[in-house]
Amino acid sequence: MNAALIVFLKELRESLRDKRSLLNALLIGPLLGPFLFVILTKTLLGREIERAEKPLPVVVIGAEHAPNLIAALEQTGLERKPAIDNPEVAVRSQQVDLVLRIPADYAEQWRAGKSAQVELLYDSSRREVNSQLQRLRSMLYGQSQLQGSLRIVARGLSPELTRPIQIAERDQATPQARGALLYSMLPYFLMLTALMGGMFLAIDATAGERERQSLEPLLINPVSRSDILLGKLGAISVFSLCSVMLSLGAFTVAGLWLTHGPMNLPVVLNLNFAVKLLPLMIPLCMLVAVLQVLVTAFARSFREAQTWLGLLQLVPVIPLMLVTLLELKPELWMYWVPLLGQEMAALQLLRGAPVGWLETSASLLSTLTAVTLVFAITRRVYASERLAIAA
Amino acid sequence: MIEAKNLYKRFGPVQAVNGVSFVAQDGAVTGLLGPNGAGKTTTLRMLYTLMQPDQGQIVIDGRDAASDPLAARRTLGVLPDARGLYKRLSARENIEYYAQLQGLSKDITQQRIAQLSATLGMQEFIDRRTEGFSQGQRVKTAIARALIHNPRNIILDEPTNGLDVMATRSLRDFIKQLKADGHCVLFSSHIMQEVAALCDHIVIIAHGRVVAQGSADELRMQSQCDNLEDAFVALLDDKTSIGNQAGLS
Repeated sequence: MNAALIVFLKELRESLRDKRSLLNALLIGPLLGPFLFVILTKTLLGREIERAEKPLPVVVIGAEHAPNLIAALEQTGLERKPAIDNPEVAVRSQQVDLVLRIPADYAEQWRAGKSAQVELLYDSSRREVNSQLQRLRSMLYGQSQLQGSLRIVARGLSPELTRPIQIAERDQATPQARGALLYSMLPYFLMLTALMGGMFLAIDATAGERERQSLEPLLINPVSRSDILLGKLGAISVFSLCSVMLSLGAFTVAGLWLTHGPMNLPVVLNLNFAVKLLPLMIPLCMLVAVLQVLVTAFARSFREAQTWLGLLQLVPVIPLMLVTLLELKPELWMYWVPLLGQEMAALQLLRGAPVGWLETSASLLSTLTAVTLVFAITRRVYASERLAIAA
Repeated sequence: MIEAKNLYKRFGPVQAVNGVSFVAQDGAVTGLLGPNGAGKTTTLRMLYTLMQPDQGQIVIDGRDAASDPLAARRTLGVLPDARGLYKRLSARENIEYYAQLQGLSKDITQQRIAQLSATLGMQEFIDRRTEGFSQGQRVKTAIARALIHNPRNIILDEPTNGLDVMATRSLRDFIKQLKADGHCVLFSSHIMQEVAALCDHIVIIAHGRVVAQGSADELRMQSQCDNLEDAFVALLDDKTSIGNQAGLS
C-alpha cells in the first residue's frame, strides 16, 4: 500500500475516535451557520411582518377634535390608546412610543378648507420605534392625499393637478437580489466551515504530533516526508470537505423552509446552489488544509498552533469586507483570486445570477495553482531537520 | 554493522558533535556512554538519518547512508529519544501502523507482533488503547513498533530511561537475546553499570568527541583504574580539559 494512503487512513481512523474533534468538525461547525441564519431571519423578518399586520398602538390626545380622521386611521390599523398628561415627558422617558396630538383648532381649520395641523411626538434615537413611526406617517399622508383629492374633485378639477410629477418605481433587482442582501454573510459562514472542519486535525497531526513526541519516530520509517505530508493533507481536506458538504446541505434545508415557508424569502438557496458551489469548494478545502499545515509547522506547541489558526480564520472576512465596503461589482478578475472567487460565486448564486464556465474554470484553476504553490513551500519546510525535533 | 566515520555537527554556535568515529559490529552490543549533553543523541540522530552530518560519513551494512537514506532506514530499528505513541490507538494498532509503513504483509505483521509481545511481555495490554500506559508499557510498545520489521541493526537511545528495576532487567535480557540472534545493537546511556553489564564495546563520548573506546577491560587498563566508574571519570577528566565547548545531548 502506498505510504501516503497508510498515513491518510491512520489519521482518519484516529480522528474518528476523537469525539470532541468530531463534534466540532461535523456538527457544531457546519450546522452553526445555517442555524444562526434561520434564527436571525425568523426573528428579524418575523418581527417586521408581525408589526406590519398588527394594530399600531398610538396614544391619541384630542381625538374628540377629529373623530372622522381617527375613525379613518382606525380602519387602516391604528389602535387608539387613551390620552395621557405630559406626553413629552412620557415619550422622553420611553414609557410611550408614539403620541398623536390633535390641536383644539383642528376642526375649525378643516372646515375652513385650510391645512390642519396634527402633531407627532416620538424619540428618533430609538431605532425600534422607527418602523412604527413610518407606518403612522404613511397612514397620515394617505389620509391627507385622499382628502386633498376629494377637495379638488369637489371644486370640479382633476386631482392630477396636485401631482405634477408622478413617480413610477420599477425596481430592476430580481426579487432574489433583494433577499441576497441579508445573505451576504452566508459565504463567510461557508468559508469558516471549511477552515474549522479540518482545523483540529491539522493541529493534532502536526504540532500535536510533535508535542506528543511521535513525529521523530514516524519520520524514521523508510517513507519519504512528502508521502507523510500528503497523507496528512488528504485527511485534513476530507474533514474540511465533509464539513462544507454538511453545511451546504443544512443551508439547503434551511433555504427550503425560508423561501417556501411563512417567510417566503426571495433567495435562491436550493439544491442548485449547493451543487454549483461544491466543485468550487473542493480545491478550496485542499488549499485550507495545506495552509493550515504550513502555519502549524512553525508552531512549537499545540497551543501556539491554535492561536495561529485562530488568526487564519479571519482571512476570509477580508475579501468580503473589501467587496462590500468598496461596493465592487462582480467581475471576472475576482474569480482569479482564490477564496474571493468562491465567495463571489456564492453571492452570485444566492442572487439568482448564473456563474459561467469562464468564472468557474478561473476559480478552479487559480485555487489549484495556489494549492500546488503552498504545497511546494510546505514540503520544503517539512524537509528541514528542525521539524522533527520536539521543542 | 554501523560505521560512524569522523562525524561533525554544529547547531549555531554549538559544536554538538566534533569528530566522532566508531564501529558497531554485528552480533555485539555497542554502548555509547557519556554525560548529559555529550552529543550522544545528536550522533544517533545522524546515524538513523534524521539529521545530516556537516562532515563525515555513515556506513550501514557496507552502504553509504546519505546516498539512499530510505534503504538505510529499512535495515534500522530505532528507539529514539522521543517515543510518543498514538493514544487513541491500541498498542497493536500503533505497531501495525509502523508495520504498514515498513511494507510488511498482514500475516507477517501478526506473526511478528505475537513474537515480540511474548518476548517483551506485552500480552496483557497489547489490545488496550495506549492512553494511560505506564512508562514501561510505553517503552515496550515503542520498542516493538521499532523492531516490527526485524531489522538487522538496532539503535536504542537511552532505552532504560524512566524504567523501574524489573522493566530494566527484562529489557537487558531482551538486548542480550538480540545480540545472540546476531543483530548489531547500538545503545546510548549515561548509566555506567548498565553499559558495563551489557556491552562488548564501549564508546565514551564527552563534549562531542570520543575520549576513549574499547571493551570494559581495555578501558580499565587504559585508565589504570580497577572499576569502570573510576575509569570513566579518569578518562573524562583527562581528555576534556583540552576543549571546553558545550554539547547538545
